[in-house]
Formats: sequence, C-alpha cells, structure tokens
Amino acid sequence: MEKVILIGAGLSGLSAAIVLAEQGISSCLISAQPSERAQSVLAEGGINGALDTMGEQDTTEEHFADTMRGGVYMADPNAVDRLTKGAPKVIRWLESLGVPFNRINGDIQLRNFGGQKKKRTAFARSSTGKILMSALIAEVRKHEAAGLVTRYTHHEMIRLLMDENAEKMTCRGVRVRDRYTGRLTDFYGPVILACGGMNGIFPGMTTGTTRNTGDAAAMAFCQGVKLANLEMIQYHPTTIGISGKRCLVTEAARGEGGRLFIERKGQPWYFMEELYPELGNLMPRDVVSREIFFVLRREDCTGPVCLDMTGLSPEVWKNKLSDLREEIIHYMAKDPVTTPIPVEPGIHYFMGGIDVDLRHRTNVDRLYAAGECACQYHGANRLGGNSMLGAVFGGRTAAGDLAERLASSGLRLGEGPWEETLPADFKDPAADPASPVLIGQISRILLKGLGIVRNETELNRTLDELLALEASGTYNIRERGRLKLAEAMIRSAVLRKESRGAHYREDYPEKSEDFRKTAVASLSGDDICIDYRDLPERKGQA
Amino acid sequence: MKTILKVLRRKDPDQKAWWQEMIFETEDENASVATALTAICADPSFQDAKGQPVGEIVWDCSCLQKKCGACAMVINGRPRLACDTPLREFKGGPVTLEPLRKFPVVADLAVDRSILYENLKTMKVWYEEAVRAEGPMLDLAYASSRCLQCGCCLEVCPNFYAGGTFAGTAALGPTVRLLASLPEGQKKEVRKAYRDHIYEGCGKSLACRNICPAGIDVDELLVNANAMAVWKRLFGPKGRS
Ligand SMILES: Cc1cc2nc3c(=O)[nH]c(=O)nc-3n(C[C@H](O)[C@H](O)[C@H](O)COP(=O)(O)OP(=O)(O)OC[C@H]3O[C@@H](n4cnc5c(N)ncnc54)[C@H](O)[C@@H]3O)c2cc1C
Ligand code: SF4
Ligand code: SF4
Ligand code: FES
Repeated sequence: MEKVILIGAGLSGLSAAIVLAEQGISSCLISAQPSERAQSVLAEGGINGALDTMGEQDTTEEHFADTMRGGVYMADPNAVDRLTKGAPKVIRWLESLGVPFNRINGDIQLRNFGGQKKKRTAFARSSTGKILMSALIAEVRKHEAAGLVTRYTHHEMIRLLMDENAEKMTCRGVRVRDRYTGRLTDFYGPVILACGGMNGIFPGMTTGTTRNTGDAAAMAFCQGVKLANLEMIQYHPTTIGISGKRCLVTEAARGEGGRLFIERKGQPWYFMEELYPELGNLMPRDVVSREIFFVLRREDCTGPVCLDMTGLSPEVWKNKLSDLREEIIHYMAKDPVTTPIPVEPGIHYFMGGIDVDLRHRTNVDRLYAAGECACQYHGANRLGGNSMLGAVFGGRTAAGDLAERLASSGLRLGEGPWEETLPADFKDPAADPASPVLIGQISRILLKGLGIVRNETELNRTLDELLALEASGTYNIRERGRLKLAEAMIRSAVLRKESRGAHYREDYPEKSEDFRKTAVASLSGDDICIDYRDLPERKGQA
Repeated sequence: MKTILKVLRRKDPDQKAWWQEMIFETEDENASVATALTAICADPSFQDAKGQPVGEIVWDCSCLQKKCGACAMVINGRPRLACDTPLREFKGGPVTLEPLRKFPVVADLAVDRSILYENLKTMKVWYEEAVRAEGPMLDLAYASSRCLQCGCCLEVCPNFYAGGTFAGTAALGPTVRLLASLPEGQKKEVRKAYRDHIYEGCGKSLACRNICPAGIDVDELLVNANAMAVWKRLFGPKGRS
C-alpha cells in the first residue's frame, strides 16, 4: 500500500497529517529536522481570524477585503474567500488543541496587526508560533502512537519520483536522504510539499531559517512543477541585525502602540503617522519598508529609523510582549521600555512559490503544496498574521482534498510497497549538496536586483551577472536548481513593469491593470518561461 | 577578535573521536559559536592550527536565535546553545566544543535526540479529547509550552540516561502543558505518567535548575506538577495558590 507523503513538519505539514489521520489515512511525515526546529516556531505576533471577540463588529468579509487590499488585488479572490471564511474555525480548532491564547472576558483576545483596522489577530504573548507548534506536535504524537503517522525527522527530500509513462505529468512519490546515514529511500504515494519558504537562497539575510534551503522547490521546478510570483519577496520593516541573521521585531510591537521615527532637523519625525494618518505605523509591510527606504534617502533626515515603544504600558510588556522585551535586551543591550531601538527592513517572507489552485493542487497530478512554499492567498504582499493562518488552512485544505479524492476513488493509493530503501552503494547526484561558495555568490547577485526599490537597469545587470555565473562553471543538480530558481526570480522581476506590493519599480512607480496577473514560471530544457495568468472573478458573492 | 576552538571530531559514531584545534577570526564582536561554525563550514579552504583542511563540521542549527534548540552542544564543559554563546565570553579561548553526551552521536557535534520524542510517546503526552486552556492555569500552559526539546537539562542530570524509564526535565514542559488544561476528571493517566517517568526517577538535586536556555523555570513547573499529579491538590501557578 502507498501512504500519503508529507514533506515538512512545520505548521502546514502537521496540520495536514492531523486531517489525514482523523480520516483514517496513513501518512509519512518527512522533515529535514524535527518539528521543534521548523521555522514555524519563530512566529511571534499571531494568527488572523475574524472572531469578533473585541466588540468591534468585525466580519470575515472585512478580513477578505483587507487581505485583498493588502495583497494589492493580486491574490486569487476565491482562495482568499475560503481562507478568511475558514479562519475563525481554524483558530477555534487550535484552541481545542489546548493552545493557551491570550484571553479576555472569557474568550480569545485579539490584537491589532498591520493593514487591518480591526483587532483580528489571536496570539499567545509574543511566541505564538512556538505555542501553536507545541500543541500540534502533541496532537500528531497521538496519531503516531496509533500508527497513522510515521515520522522521519532527519530525512530530506532530494527529488520527486515522476511517472515516466503517464500521459500527464504525475508524481509517484519522493526520494529521500537520511541526513544521519546518507542512505536513500524511495517513498511511494501522493505528495504534499510543506517545506517552507526559500530562505536558503539568501543565507544570513532573512528572519527565517536558512535550513529551509529552497532546494526542494528548486528541484520540483527542474522536474516540471510550476512556480508563481517569484518576484514578490516581503521585506519586514522592523528587523535588527544579529550575528548570522536578521532578527525580527514583531509587528505586534506596532500593533500594541510602537511608533517609527527618524530624526529630521534635530527632531523626531513620526513619518508614518504624518504620511498615513489612518493606519499610520500599521500600514501594510511593503508600504512601511518602502517609506523607511525613502526617509533614509532624504537629505533633511538622519538615520537610523527607530522604533519607539516607550509609551507601552507595563501591562502590555508583561502580558503581551514579554518575550520580545527579553530578546531586545539580550541582543541589543537596550531596554525598549525606556529606549527607542534602531531597526532596518529585512527579508521575511516569500509570497511566491509553488503554483497551486484553490485545493492546493499543483500542475502535476498527485502533487500538492501548502504553507510558505506555496504561492497562495497573499498576492503581492502578505498581511501579518495571515501566513500562519495560510499554513494551517492550506495544510488542512490540501489534506482534505486528498482525502476526498481517495474516498471517491478519483485518486487511488496504489498497491505495492510504500517504502523502499535503496542499496547502500546506490548513488543519486541529487543528493550532493550545493557548494556554499556558489550559494553565497547567487545570494549576493540576487540582492542587488531584488531590493525594496528596483529598476530595470539594476535588474538587467543582475540577470547578466547571474547568466555569466551560470555559463562559467559546471554545476551539480542542486546547484543548477538554485541557479534556475534565482534566474526565474530575476526574470519575473524584470518582466513585471509596474509597482505592486512588495515589487516596487522606480521606473514604473504606478500599478498597471495589465499586470494584475499571476506570473507563472516554468522550465523547459534550459529555458525559463514566464507566463501571465488572469485572475478569476470572485464567485458566488451576493 | 581571534578565538581558539577545539572541536571534538568524528566522521561517524564508530570512529574514535579526536580533537581538532583551529583559530577563528572575525570582526563581528557579537559572533557566537554558531557564527564560527557557520563560517567555517562555508569556507572549503579553512585550515586548522596545523594547516590541515577542516572540511565540513557536522552540527545542527536552524533559527540562530535560541528558539529552536537545534544547536545544543557541550561548550567548555557546559550544555549550551551554540547560537546563544558569544565568543567574546572566552577572551580568545581555547573553547572546547563537544556533542551532547546523553544521546548517540551522528557525527562531530550532531546527536540523535529521537529518544526525547520516544519518551513523550511512551508517556502518552497528548490530549485524547478537545480541551481549552483558560483560567488561572493559562500562564502555566504558556510557560510549559515553551520547552525547546534541546536536551541541555538532561546533560547535567545525574539520573537520566537514554533508554531508561526516567524521562527527565525535557518531558516536564510537555507534561505540565497537559496537566494545566485537562479537566479534573481526565488527569488520571497523565498523573501516573508524570509520577512514573518524572517524579519517581528525579533525585531533586536540581542540577538542571539554571541550565535551560529557554529560561524555563524548572522549580515552578515541578511545584505545579507535583501539586497536580502527586499531591493532587489544585494549585494555581506559583505565587497565586
Ligand atoms: C521570525 C518570524 C516571525 C513570524 N511571525 C509570524 C506571525 O506572527 N504571524 C504569521 O502569520 N506568520 C509569521 N511568520 C511566518 C510564518 O511563521 C511562516 O510562514 C509559517 O510558519 C510557515 O509554515 P510552514 O509549515 O509552511 O513551514 P516551516 O515551518 O518553515 O516548515 C518547513 C518544514 O519543511 C522541512 N523541510 C524543508 N526543506 C525540506 C526538504 N528538502 N526535505 C524535507 N523537509 C524539508 C523543514 O525541516 C520544516 O519541517 C513569521 C516568520 C518568521 C521567520
Ligand atoms: S532535579 Fe536532578 S535528577 Fe531531577 S531532573 Fe533535575 S537534574 Fe535530573
Ligand atoms: S526544559 Fe529547557 S533545557 Fe530542558 S529540553 Fe526544555 S528547553 Fe531544553
Ligand atoms: S539554532 Fe535554534 S537554538 Fe540555536
């Protein structure tokens, strides 16, 4: 018998495993590291859902509208419709797993987050991701003990097993490398990729973990899986540089009242509040990061930009942001209670990724993608709190669709073994790692073109440099995968001649209806193709 | 800043371990042990003190901000997170880096901590039915959910060994998380698991007290767990009975 194969054990993979197990479907939960080490544990601020527990008459329709506006109308409205309608249920489900959300008046408390006028973000102080993960891990453990989930916690997917004979592209399983022994194993069954964002393309430059290497997405790309909106990279406005990475200062700091300022003519200038009186410091992240970039460029301003949290009440520090305060004191030797802290934008999230439909199916049969590795829900810019939601909801949706197809036998689990360990001397070149030197080179080149503010000259120069690098050496399979993924990112950015969300072009500063489309990247032979796909209308709305 | 690092190396668990000394130089005054290991692994030309190539040092890491527990190792004899150990502390060194000793070694500084998860499975640390964390136990449920499963506390524990019934402090957080939210009538099994796998085996020496890199207050968790599972009285979290 085959089993369902889940690649990745963060919020998305765990959520999928639970849905499958609840329907009696067995899965293999394969992850390069144990769940406790997944990037999901880093999430701080919270998870969105219009629970309306704060007496603000919030609705799922407003959550829909904010998400669409935040993503600058580049997300699939039908997917966002499902996401936002499903969000309250997701949060209630997490509550039922024992997640200690902050509470008020006997119900879940909600906080303000960027791009949303109403309080809609459920949280567990400032370690929401870690606390959610602890609950999901325990829930999956129950299904492990019952034999429904089999964990492989130090196993890395190195390639998809594609059906060579099928008429349409079909995935039969995955080949996996045991990181401890080097042994290769083939697993057979339908696959859900939940392998996280492509942080590893920018080692040391992101707030996430570079152990989400991006290799899985790159390999899938080389094997015919389509990727989408790769130019959409979110810079979070408030990060601090710590040794080896960017460390996030959660948006909750501004949600709870933190204010950004820069010194102008000797006086603090709270520029976000002056420029955007309505949402002020809580404008969507793309806008805030861009404004930081612009004020730093002004001659009458002296950097750095600082985040002023000195007005927050002791109650907020104690019950809502305790971990954040500890972290800032630890890394900056400054107490944010009394001193504003200097911040800079940093790479935080990949809106782009594996192209999926409403049900999280990819262009390859029997292959799904969910969580940050997939391109869904967030359009040109993700709202804070929507990605944990997207990860849990996406994992559940993919698993639910798979379960439904199995029940109606539209998709069968095949006969035969579901696991086959290959002989010890069996070699697959896809198991060879990419050279760290090349990884560094690619990242340095990409960063030149893919900053907060972009233009054609710089992007073309970046593309030329990357192509020269590609032409100048011989590369192993993973290296080629990374080079191709990088090239697709740059080409997507060159072609989008407009400014929308995270993609801001100085040479095309306005958004253009011609480009309000999904940029779909595919690889044929050595050539990268970027096609624009129209967005559907929202269905079934009265 | 220059630091002498002495790394305990072995390619695989069967190989005899040997010390390799190297000098790591950086201008980053906040560089940590993790910074050094990352930089060394990214530089194929990096040589040890004797001019021999160092090659890839196998170690685990992920978040680089003390939130995932991956990089726990023994640093100058103490279990710590490599990403939370600044090199400047050692004023040039030497600093010894060894794998955690309570778990099977994979290679160099990497260990296989599967036993942590196996223990929690044996103890049945999960909810059978839907629950809700609320009321006076909310803070305790939060505090106990923060355990990284890094294993540092087990390193110093005289009573823990892999394969024994005693699961140690690493199982305390997940267990207290359960106790904190289970309705009174459903606590029986967890109480027993706590008594059999944590309480009974613990010598109360509290060697694990100030070791936890996540700052988990072991005393607080123990006091509450004992109250709920051993003395069976319902306590609120420490300080508010
Ligand atoms: C500092 C920080 C704070 C954040 N705060 C928030 C917040 O407040 N609210 C919010 O909504 N979002 C937040 N996010 C974003 C959010 O946390 C992530 O987008 C989300 O958790 C991603 O979940 P995931 O399941 O898709 O992936 P991850 O949690 O990244 O898990 C990926 C999994 O895939 C595995 N994996 C990767 N490659 C392979 C491979 N080749 N083979 C096998 N396994 C592999 C990994 O080991 C891991 O198990 C934050 C992110 C960061 C970095
Ligand atoms: S108190 Fe002593 S015996 Fe008990 S867990 Fe801590 S170190 Fe081990
Ligand atoms: S209690 Fe602390 S030291 Fe022990 S495993 Fe948990 S986080 Fe690590
Ligand atoms: S790398 Fe996560 S704790 Fe050190």
